Amino acid sequence: MDFSIASILALDGATNGAIYALLALATVLVFAVTRVIFIPQGEFVAFGALTLAMLQQGKVPGTVWFLLIMAAAAAAAELAAGLRAHLPAARLLRRLAGIVVYPVLVSLVAIWAAPLKLPLLLQAALTLALVTPFGPLIYRLAYQSLADASVLVLLIVSVGVHFALVGLGLFFFGAEGFRNPSFWDARFAVGPLAFSGQTVIIFLASVALIVALWLFFERTLAGKALRATAVNRLGARLQGISSDSAGTLTFTVAAFIGALSGLLIGPTTTVFYDSGFLIGLKGFVAAVFAGLSSYPQALVGAMLVGMLESFGSFWASAFKEVIVFGSILPVLLWRSLRDPHTEEH
Amino acid sequence: MTTSFRKTLVVKAAQLATALAALTAAVPALADVNIGISLPLTGPASGLGIPMGNFFKLFPASIAGEKVNLIILDDATDPTKGVQNAKRFVTEDKVDLIIGSAATPVAGPMAAVAAESGTVQLAASPVGLPPGGDAWTFRLPQSNDVMAHAMVGLMKKQGIKTIGFLGYTDAYGELWLKAITAEAEKNGMKVVATERFARADTSVTAQALKLTAASPDAMLVVASGSGAAMPHKAIVERGYKGKIYQTHAAATMDLMRVGGKDVEGSFVVSGPAMVGDILPDNHPSKKLAKDFVVRYEKAYGNNTANQFAGHAYDAQIVLEKVLPVALKKAKPGTKEFRAALKDAIETMGPTPFAHGLMNWTKDNHWGYTLDTGVMLTVKNGDWALAN
Repeated sequence: MDFSIASILALDGATNGAIYALLALATVLVFAVTRVIFIPQGEFVAFGALTLAMLQQGKVPGTVWFLLIMAAAAAAAELAAGLRAHLPAARLLRRLAGIVVYPVLVSLVAIWAAPLKLPLLLQAALTLALVTPFGPLIYRLAYQSLADASVLVLLIVSVGVHFALVGLGLFFFGAEGFRNPSFWDARFAVGPLAFSGQTVIIFLASVALIVALWLFFERTLAGKALRATAVNRLGARLQGISSDSAGTLTFTVAAFIGALSGLLIGPTTTVFYDSGFLIGLKGFVAAVFAGLSSYPQALVGAMLVGMLESFGSFWASAFKEVIVFGSILPVLLWRSLRDPHTEEH
Repeated sequence: MTTSFRKTLVVKAAQLATALAALTAAVPALADVNIGISLPLTGPASGLGIPMGNFFKLFPASIAGEKVNLIILDDATDPTKGVQNAKRFVTEDKVDLIIGSAATPVAGPMAAVAAESGTVQLAASPVGLPPGGDAWTFRLPQSNDVMAHAMVGLMKKQGIKTIGFLGYTDAYGELWLKAITAEAEKNGMKVVATERFARADTSVTAQALKLTAASPDAMLVVASGSGAAMPHKAIVERGYKGKIYQTHAAATMDLMRVGGKDVEGSFVVSGPAMVGDILPDNHPSKKLAKDFVVRYEKAYGNNTANQFAGHAYDAQIVLEKVLPVALKKAKPGTKEFRAALKDAIETMGPTPFAHGLMNWTKDNHWGYTLDTGVMLTVKNGDWALAN
């Protein structure tokens, strides 16, 4: 191996690492606020990429029907809960509208816009608008009523949600894979390195999103509320921060990040309905590097995972996944020695 | 107390209902031919199972004057589920024939159930079994050896001496590596670099780097369906100028749909089923292959047919040929009928399939001759014969 090969591998690893970083951030965020180990994070990646692929073909993406069904189910759950709690009709209606209106509107826009073959960027925006509401709906359906359950119960629910989403993904998107067109076709040569426009976009988008997240947590009331919930759920509730709305907001952000990752990764590989799982799992490994708590460490972990993956593929491609997922063992050992586990209360 | 009693009552009622359902399901109408089909309609191999399932929906209601009941179950690309399905077929549905699975790791364990119960299994995947293990199993697809033979034949004509291998880390990749290594050695070629990847990988840049560094005369990509385009593009992006070969699992229009101009000029081995239009007129499968594609695409739209749907078409040809023979000997639903089916399949002689000329015998349950594979090349986003 000489310097040029090493630099190409490093670039490849960093590009994938940037995607894993986004997913790791989302995983850390969801865990910090809601204590959910969100395994289905990767599914948003596949949904994002496949939705854009279907829009590219001028078809109404399966996401639309999926979204409407989810919204209907969430509304039914809300209705049942509201009737049980004897909520006044006006308030119940307002809550139902809060769940249903946005998904229906964005679905109508998608049905109208799909055959028009809009420019790529508009389609990307529509994709984000379609996939992001999955976050709060999944939270409403699967997690909200279990918000106070143990981490283990929430993890088991996550596994169930993962299987449900993959199965439904197959139903709504079909078994074939898609590759999206590049957002920017340019190529730059720097020494032995060949940057593609898409690589540049992946880096820029990742950095932009990380900065935006930082601003969100430091400068906005909603962001501060999430941080407060992450630090202490009970304390935050005593301060008037609803843990339900914190959870809903967290899952919205997570779904948005997932869908964006899907848009970024769609042009560099073929995405199948079930591709998201492994991508999300690598983001999860990166989040474990950070002990599911620190954002900067998650970034470092994601870069490490990306590098391990690309150099591992070069030296022993047959054992690449073994290397990546095996690396979690020494990290877990190190973490548990460094900060000994305290019993949850 | 009352709730628990009510619960028990509900459970009992449910059990009774299932038992009743099982009873009614277990008594298929006499004299109908029952066929159990287990396919990966979900899971990683669903890209293979779904088109096959689609074709079975186009099956005629009766063959050789006998009503044919198809019982299609999903095995979710899971060997355990496949075995469960097979057991259900033989014990509850009392099927006369089992078809499936389209996933090799599932079809293997199903063969044991088929053999034990004395039921013919038409496997829709090139499943390798220990000697004697395939007594009741016949494979519809070509073996990788047959396909590698056609591929190496063309490589030899092109004067290729060294081959780079980039394949799936699964059974399909492994079988192809074995087949191509053996076939290449026979012809004085050598596999000089072997790299692996998985379908869900986001990048194969590292593998492509290493392969191009070895600069073989030709590169073989072993992947299936739309997954075959990603590694292909990675090799091209690394500036590889030699010839790139793809296997028969990649021989669908998905390769061009996803790969675009990067797959132009590559070579793909295929069964004849997909390319009826461009086969020479004297090819035994030409008519059948064309008929298959027309029938499938009339129902499911243009460019949707794939080779696995072709295996379902071939299954119909088998049934049309062997059912009349077996029906003369015994009644459907009996052990004798199943044995008669096996005899009829072993003695049916060379039969044109959409996928080539099939000749199953007592000792050879693979059946396709070495010249079955057709070499194609991608020309202007469509298939053309490579010569």
